[in-house]
Amino acid sequence: MLGELAFSLGSGQVAAVVGPSGCGKTTLLRIVAGLDLDFEGDVALPAHGRLGMVFQEPRLLPWRTVEQNVRLAAPQATDAGLDTLFQTLGLGAHRDHYPGELSLGLARRVALARAFAVEPDLLLLDEPFVSLDDALAARLREELAELVNRRPVTTLLVTHNLEEAVGLADRLLLLSVSPALILADVPVARPREAHTAAELETLRNEIARRLNQAFH
Amino acid sequence: MGVRLASLALLIAAWYAGSQLAGARLLPDPQAVALAIVDEARSGALALNLGATLARVAVAFILAMALGSVIGLIMGRSRIADQLGDPWLIVLLNLPALVIIVLAYVWAGLTETAAIAAVALNKLPIATVTVREGARSLDHALDDMAQVFRMGAWTRLRHVILPQLAPYLAAAARSGLSLVWKIVLIVELLGRPNGVGFEIGVAFQLFDVTRILAYALAFIAVMLAIETFLVQPLERHVARWRPKPA
Repeated sequence: MLGELAFSLGSGQVAAVVGPSGCGKTTLLRIVAGLDLDFEGDVALPAHGRLGMVFQEPRLLPWRTVEQNVRLAAPQATDAGLDTLFQTLGLGAHRDHYPGELSLGLARRVALARAFAVEPDLLLLDEPFVSLDDALAARLREELAELVNRRPVTTLLVTHNLEEAVGLADRLLLLSVSPALILADVPVARPREAHTAAELETLRNEIARRLNQAFH
Repeated sequence: MGVRLASLALLIAAWYAGSQLAGARLLPDPQAVALAIVDEARSGALALNLGATLARVAVAFILAMALGSVIGLIMGRSRIADQLGDPWLIVLLNLPALVIIVLAYVWAGLTETAAIAAVALNKLPIATVTVREGARSLDHALDDMAQVFRMGAWTRLRHVILPQLAPYLAAAARSGLSLVWKIVLIVELLGRPNGVGFEIGVAFQLFDVTRILAYALAFIAVMLAIETFLVQPLERHVARWRPKPA
């Protein structure tokens, strides 16, 4: 499914893996996370190799509260750190709720909180905002950007949403389909806020064009 | 609640009617049985026998549940374990309770150990099969999540695996409890000097139906109490995180 792939991420760099559905983005992420061992090659993780991951579904333990869910994944987290984290993500009022009582948006936020609470060396995000309505997804992207800005962490974001990729990443890896190969490695200059809407639009279109080219 | 009480009243009325029809020797009336229960309680025999039976039930149940669940979990998670254990499991499941009991007494003597071992062996395969099913249906998504976040084995067992197994454990416990006490009565009948089963055996030989019913009712009352005050609250506590139907 995946062809020959090689890339390395700089410390604190946010890379987005973009490509159409089925090209192997999730498989790639699973390999990096150590969940898929059926491959040839190496995955070298930074420092302590602490991973934070946000899956396509929230994957919370339904029988534990929000707070317990986060603490179980991050036993070393300080009370103060968690307070700030819950605050930033608007979860302050929900700490004692069970996942069954939460909307999907809130559940996704808890999954984000959990991944950040670990203070990961590598943050993996697998289409974390898919199936949310546009307004909510936009809000969550802002919150994610804020968290990443506050404490830079090497991030690998998988998405099929170009806007999301351009908005959040420093670098875009475009994957072709079957076998997945890196088509292009597009840097997105920081600070993102300095780009005008027009520049971002041009960049998006350029990428869309390149992706389209690969399949036709 | 009203319907249940009415149904119960109907049961007692039917009993009374039956006792009139069949005669006191075959089916004593409710009053006679109640008096017999009081008599046995007064003499201390009821407490002694109930106590002995309950103790056996408790020990055999705990043994069978603990061992059976562990084996079931292992077999559900490991294909090799499953392939190794399955034939033994099938044999044990299909071996009649009576055969296990008799062989236990023959090989180990008419001892307490043999009795409890026989009961436990009868129940163990059922717990194993049920928990194995639960282990097979564990959510891989949560397993993956636990792995990525490097959760330790104990954390995983306590917070990820056991809550998922809870309904299966509850089912195994429920069916197991009712099976265990029925078999305890049989091992007592066949080879123990006390307990409800023993008393029923003696009453059988004396054709003392009153005594049989007295012990049977007393025992059912105790099991119902355990169900109401122990099992059901436990079940509710375990299920408290489930979203309530709207």
